[in-house]
Amino acid sequence: MMKNSLAQVFKRCEQENRAALVGYLTACDPDIETSEALMLALAQEVDILEIGMPFSDPMADGPVIQAASERALAAGSHMSDVFAIVRKVRLAHPEIGIVLMGYANVPYTMGFANFSEKAKNAGVDGVLLVDIPAEESAICAQVFKQYDLSQIMLLAPTSTQERIRLAAEVSDGFIYYVSLAGITGAEMGEVSHIKERLSLIRQYTKLPICVGFGVKTEQQAKSVASFADGVVIGSHFVSQITSNIGDKPAMLASLSESASVMSLSMARDT
Amino acid sequence: MYDLTIKHMPDEGGHFGEFGGRFAAETLMQPLKEIEDAFFEAWADPSFHEERLDLLKNYVGRITPLYHAKHLSAEVGGAQIYLKREDLNHTGAHKVNNTIGQALLARRMGKKKVIAETGAGQHGVATATVAAMFNMTCDIYMGREDIRRQAPNVFRMKLLGANVIPVDSGTATLKDAVNEALRVWVASCEDTYYIFGTAAGPHPFPLMVRQFHTVIGQEARAQCLEQTGKLPDVAVACVGGGSNAIGLFEPLQDDDIRLVAVEAAGHGLESGEHAAALAKGRPGIIHGSLSYLLDDEEGQILGTHSISAGLDYPGVGPELAAMMKSGRLDIDSATDADALQAFQALTKAEGIIPALESSHGLAAAMRIAAKMDKEQVVLVNLSGRGDKDLGTVMDLLGFHDEKA
Repeated sequence: MMKNSLAQVFKRCEQENRAALVGYLTACDPDIETSEALMLALAQEVDILEIGMPFSDPMADGPVIQAASERALAAGSHMSDVFAIVRKVRLAHPEIGIVLMGYANVPYTMGFANFSEKAKNAGVDGVLLVDIPAEESAICAQVFKQYDLSQIMLLAPTSTQERIRLAAEVSDGFIYYVSLAGITGAEMGEVSHIKERLSLIRQYTKLPICVGFGVKTEQQAKSVASFADGVVIGSHFVSQITSNIGDKPAMLASLSESASVMSLSMARDT
Repeated sequence: MYDLTIKHMPDEGGHFGEFGGRFAAETLMQPLKEIEDAFFEAWADPSFHEERLDLLKNYVGRITPLYHAKHLSAEVGGAQIYLKREDLNHTGAHKVNNTIGQALLARRMGKKKVIAETGAGQHGVATATVAAMFNMTCDIYMGREDIRRQAPNVFRMKLLGANVIPVDSGTATLKDAVNEALRVWVASCEDTYYIFGTAAGPHPFPLMVRQFHTVIGQEARAQCLEQTGKLPDVAVACVGGGSNAIGLFEPLQDDDIRLVAVEAAGHGLESGEHAAALAKGRPGIIHGSLSYLLDDEEGQILGTHSISAGLDYPGVGPELAAMMKSGRLDIDSATDADALQAFQALTKAEGIIPALESSHGLAAAMRIAAKMDKEQVVLVNLSGRGDKDLGTVMDLLGFHDEKA
């Protein structure tokens, strides 16, 4: 079994005095073949690749990622394709972290053990299920542990201290802090508020904390990178697909360029 | 006259056996906990019930009658069919029992704005109605496809001052309206209350919506005893999400009464075009709870079909799933054609035009009654009236083509 690389990734970034760049794309968007090329391109620039599992009812996603899921499903995406993409990325980039993100019903229906075995074999390090909060995490926690898959929990501006404690207990790999009470792709929350929340969360956990939801500009990425362990960019990268539909070379170029800009903005000034 | 003790409690996390729970995004976990706390606090407060029951009586028009459908029973030629007339509630369906309760709760929590999803438009109308009365801002999320087939209810909501917001994502029906309402709620939970329309979704909605509807079963039980001198032999209700069904069944669970949930079989259970989550689905997680649902082998939620927009939903409430699993609940279904036939049968025999949703329950009840003795009693929840469906039925019966 391949070793879980998430801890190594954060350690490396810390040594290089920068935040980890976590880049998201929905698997099989806009189609299976193009998606593979896009993922490989994004993997060049990021520390952790977050791969979205397409779902028919993406309740926590804004219009950009909703549309990505719809395109992927319309292109005939299956979980076997998602795992195949993971495998290719893993072969090309043994050093990066790979995280699957999605909704509970997909792994639940596949069976958590079946899902975990396939994910681990393909090279996945962690799993983030939007609709499995700490209270319900027992449904998959044992199996994920057994397969050495980190179960990454989310925390939000609405999370109470009690909930932070609970999520910190369950979470592994890192904690994903949602910058705003909203859906993916909305406007980022106030930096000062995010910073305050991170200090609070750090009282409960030693895990790295990545901040996501709404980080779109270089400026935003830079300011979050100055105090967070990682910065998640999702809708902004998916938008590079949306705005270049039908033109694969332009799509790849645009994604690579925006990813490289974001990668540079992870560096902390000291 | 109502029993206000909460029976058949789920566990602390809102699980009914292996079903239910709170499978929600982290951002919603605390708002849901606040609703749960506010609900239990309100339920223990006599003044909450005083106001709620006063509104149910003087605004909604409860107690709703239990009507012995003698002519229909004679036609069927079996057991006596009794109709619990939820169609006579203000706004024309059972839905208002719940929206009154939740609007009172929203006001108690200091929320000035309410949002809701709607399929057939009945829950939307019931929400818009109480929002008008309580002077709250109201946004209703409704699939584009449902807006098309339920035009009268859309106009009703607008007249009541609600914003009806079309949802184009996915299949543009009820499930997508729920997705959109959840997305909006995530971003606005501080000042906005989400009036969930059925006994499904994350805890505490399945429990709370059930409690607000138990008036149905409690009244029907007492009325049946009074009119027939005994309890019904069978109680029947249609099931989409399941709020009218659990409202009728919950107070009858501990009696020796056969309980039958009737799902929408659409073009037939084997056609793949239906909404029968209990009969043909399997456990899964959607919209905040673990229950039966219709999905493919990789967990993608399937589009559903039913003649009635209110039953056109791929999931079902967790408590009904638990009752089925334990053997307490029997599952039946009615096709589009069955429902249309029952719709006409009741209209002609009794002068009551039922909602197409309720016509599903009625169709199964007539089939069940036909095999029973004349002394036996079948109780049916006539959950709504059919005015909203006249356009659909006119099309199906080819009324437009008839020359006057």
